[in-house]
Amino acid sequence: MEIFRLTAAELLRKLKKCEITDKDITSSLSARIRESDEKVKAYVRLTGQPHFLDAEPSAQSGLSGIPISIKDNICTAGVNTECCSKILEGFKPPYDATVIHKLKAGGMAIACDKTNMDEFAFGSSTENSCFGPTHNPWNLECVPGGSSGGSAAAVAADEAVWALGSDTGGSIRQPAAFCGVVGLKPTYGRVSRYGLVAFASSLDQIGPITKDVTDCAMLLGVIAGYDPHDSTSVNSAVDNYCSALTNDIKGMRIGIPKEYFIEGIDPQVKKILEQAVAKLKDLGAYCREVSLPHTEYAVPVYYIVATAEASSNLARFDGVQYGLRVKEKNIIDMYKRTRDQGFGVEAKRRIILGTFSLSHGYYDAYYLRALKVRTLIKQDFDAVFKECDCIVTPTSPTAAFKIGEKTDDPLKMYLSDIYTISVNLAGIPAISVPCGFTKEGLPVGLQILGKAFDEAALLRTAYAYEQATPWHLEKPKL
Amino acid sequence: MEYEPVIGLEVHIHLKTKTKAFCGCSTEFGKSPNAQTCPVCLGFPGSLPVLNKVALEYAIMVGLALGCQVQEYTKFDRKHYYYPDLPKNFQISQYDLPVSKDGFLDIYLEGGSKRIRIKRAHLEEDAGKLIHETEVTLVDFNRAGVALLEIVSEPDINSPLEAYEYLTSLKSIIEYLGVSDCDMEKGSLRCDANISMRPKGTSGLGTKAELKNMNSFKGVRDALEYEIERQTELLNDGKPVIQETRLWDAKELKTFSMRTKEEAKDYRYFPEPDLPPFIISKGTIDEMRKTIPELPREKMLRFMKEYGLNEYDARQLTSSQENADFTERCFRKYPDKNKKPVANWLIGPVTSLASAANLTIATLNIPGGEDELVKLIKLAEAGIISQLVAKDVLQESTAGLKISSAIIQEKNLFQISDTGVLDAAIGEAIQENPKSVESYKSGKENAVMFLVGQVMRKTGGKANPKLVQEMLKRRLSDG
Repeated sequence: MEIFRLTAAELLRKLKKCEITDKDITSSLSARIRESDEKVKAYVRLTGQPHFLDAEPSAQSGLSGIPISIKDNICTAGVNTECCSKILEGFKPPYDATVIHKLKAGGMAIACDKTNMDEFAFGSSTENSCFGPTHNPWNLECVPGGSSGGSAAAVAADEAVWALGSDTGGSIRQPAAFCGVVGLKPTYGRVSRYGLVAFASSLDQIGPITKDVTDCAMLLGVIAGYDPHDSTSVNSAVDNYCSALTNDIKGMRIGIPKEYFIEGIDPQVKKILEQAVAKLKDLGAYCREVSLPHTEYAVPVYYIVATAEASSNLARFDGVQYGLRVKEKNIIDMYKRTRDQGFGVEAKRRIILGTFSLSHGYYDAYYLRALKVRTLIKQDFDAVFKECDCIVTPTSPTAAFKIGEKTDDPLKMYLSDIYTISVNLAGIPAISVPCGFTKEGLPVGLQILGKAFDEAALLRTAYAYEQATPWHLEKPKL
Repeated sequence: MEYEPVIGLEVHIHLKTKTKAFCGCSTEFGKSPNAQTCPVCLGFPGSLPVLNKVALEYAIMVGLALGCQVQEYTKFDRKHYYYPDLPKNFQISQYDLPVSKDGFLDIYLEGGSKRIRIKRAHLEEDAGKLIHETEVTLVDFNRAGVALLEIVSEPDINSPLEAYEYLTSLKSIIEYLGVSDCDMEKGSLRCDANISMRPKGTSGLGTKAELKNMNSFKGVRDALEYEIERQTELLNDGKPVIQETRLWDAKELKTFSMRTKEEAKDYRYFPEPDLPPFIISKGTIDEMRKTIPELPREKMLRFMKEYGLNEYDARQLTSSQENADFTERCFRKYPDKNKKPVANWLIGPVTSLASAANLTIATLNIPGGEDELVKLIKLAEAGIISQLVAKDVLQESTAGLKISSAIIQEKNLFQISDTGVLDAAIGEAIQENPKSVESYKSGKENAVMFLVGQVMRKTGGKANPKLVQEMLKRRLSDG
């Protein structure tokens, strides 16, 4: 099999046996990117030969020589990090994000070409990128999901061994589901956000997008952990995630929330999910219906909290220190023109929404109330997790939709995150693993939700399911 | 109608932490522009703040020293406004849960003391500095992110003098705590004032003006005085006072309108999501309370009680921690229970020498230190050298950097109490000044002082003046 098709675990085995070298991997991957990215467009600013940073000499040998691709909103020192926004044109951060430090320390080769995303992670289709959309490797007319669509598509198309994405409301899990790969959103505070260009600070997490669950466990192990540079990161021991992959879920208590299987779900997705639940039962898990009564408020709460924080986080993009500056005679006009020309439509929409809900006289009715409902949503999960180890849901109500299908209807677009955003509001971890295909040949994702800081239980369940099903072995025909 | 001013002060102090409030950059003053910056204080994309624990401790100390309730649950908020010296276009500040609130500061006026209530004291980060060149404006972010404590008083101040006293007392307390330099010239203390006028004896509030740009305590006092006149004139003419921000011009000695606040600015405060709330336990607060040193007022009261000083002297000598410590070192070396003579020396000749050199009694270089100073005072008090000579010796000692006992020895300045020597000089003085002798004898007792002065001159200041006076009186009444 071609080198670029292998998982990180497989590559490591071959490296260990000296069957291949680091150079073989990067050159195979570069050739693959050159060959297929014209169609997929997973990478941005790609000109000529893709290249990778050499592993640091001081690095540990653990993952030495394994390349990794990075979403365009994670800071890489001296390498463009533009969040696929015109306003950050030419921005090369002077520092590495903490996760990048950790990857480098592990000996990994960082891809200098970053992956596509919705501008500032605002979107569910990667259509809101200033570089144009990424195409779903399973059907080039479809979106790859978003906002980490570039990372998911790159992994699905074997243009990346694995990748990092970020997830604020489903931005890792939904594209992973749409592209038929594995994506995990860690517990809020498990992975440092230092160096992740903030969208909504109280919801954002960086996480792995991989070809299978084993790689996911390995990569999470590298990036997880306390970081003194991130006050919201949590100082608790990191589990050995690889040892959680026991392939045994006998007696695992799994909840199926009834509120997730109602109106709006695609009948094919519903059926595939029912089959997945049946499989989990076969494997010895105990599955039962549970209730998350505040589910219907998740979307409105999310779009108040996330846009409020985004409007504040994006205030700094003003043309003064970095990125785009539209020259004007006075500072106010410079601000206005720079932000007008620098931000795309969706970014402007969210800044306006967020600014409104934080405004004097509206704060209590919107932001403060949203925070209260957020607490209720979190309590829903606390109650269920008293009786369950995991919760299983579809990752998205539908499989990948057509490019352009929802761009004129933001509300419809927002609803494609309906199954993923509660997880961010509650701060808990969740993983999406492939669980079948629609008759159109598009992948469907199974979402597994877990207790805070119990990523091990998610990975264990996901691994057992993966080992009992063939879905992760399917490859798109490009 | 007679009006009285209603004044509230907002004082910002730079906390003297080694590093900035939310990053590890140095806070040292006077470095080249932008030398002390990093992704965090520059607000670069992806950077995150981490609270400097020392800044929080300092803020708690000030809160405790001002009798505030230190909050067990405190959090930070973002305050939004666009300005190029503000890297993130929001300032990390505290909105509804400041570190401490509801305190007070007692100020001392001639008529007695007055309590000024403190509304709140909260932590925030400073902004950078704009440098306006002819063609362009540059930004220096060295100051951006430095920890500030904003101390807001209630509108309990009713005169420029009270405002001045409030600032002086506040500065003194903060200096005692050692948490800020409180140097207005270096910008480590800034003061904005809100002032409105109301008919005397009423309790309502008039329309206020916010005064900015004062760069000394005197500037604050002058600006308030100017503003009282300006607003009173408007009111007397039946014109309205406009709510606005006015800048003090220290050269013109006037305030000028900067902008009109037609409506309250909307800062869109919301909780800073990058910093979880801080829980400060009662135990921690109690522990910190123990670290608060003796503050100016307590020290003053103790000086009065322990050393028998009057209030004026005690206040003078406790104006700064340094001076108070120096004073106590001198007191300890002085054997008598009554320390008044030492206090007189410190407030009198030592202070004048120090002020002339732009120093304090603690920083004035006295050769031999407080040992020599106290020795000198003891010699003068015991009449071994005269007070006059002693003062000259001190001056010579500080000027020539020579210890005072050496000067006394070399010049043989011991006071003359030898009645034989004095008799001769007295005789001469009487002979040379018959007019004075005459007026003394005719009942003008004071005339004797002139004769004492003459004797002192003849003895090069070394005569014991008390003895001379006694001897003179005896001689003149005898014959």
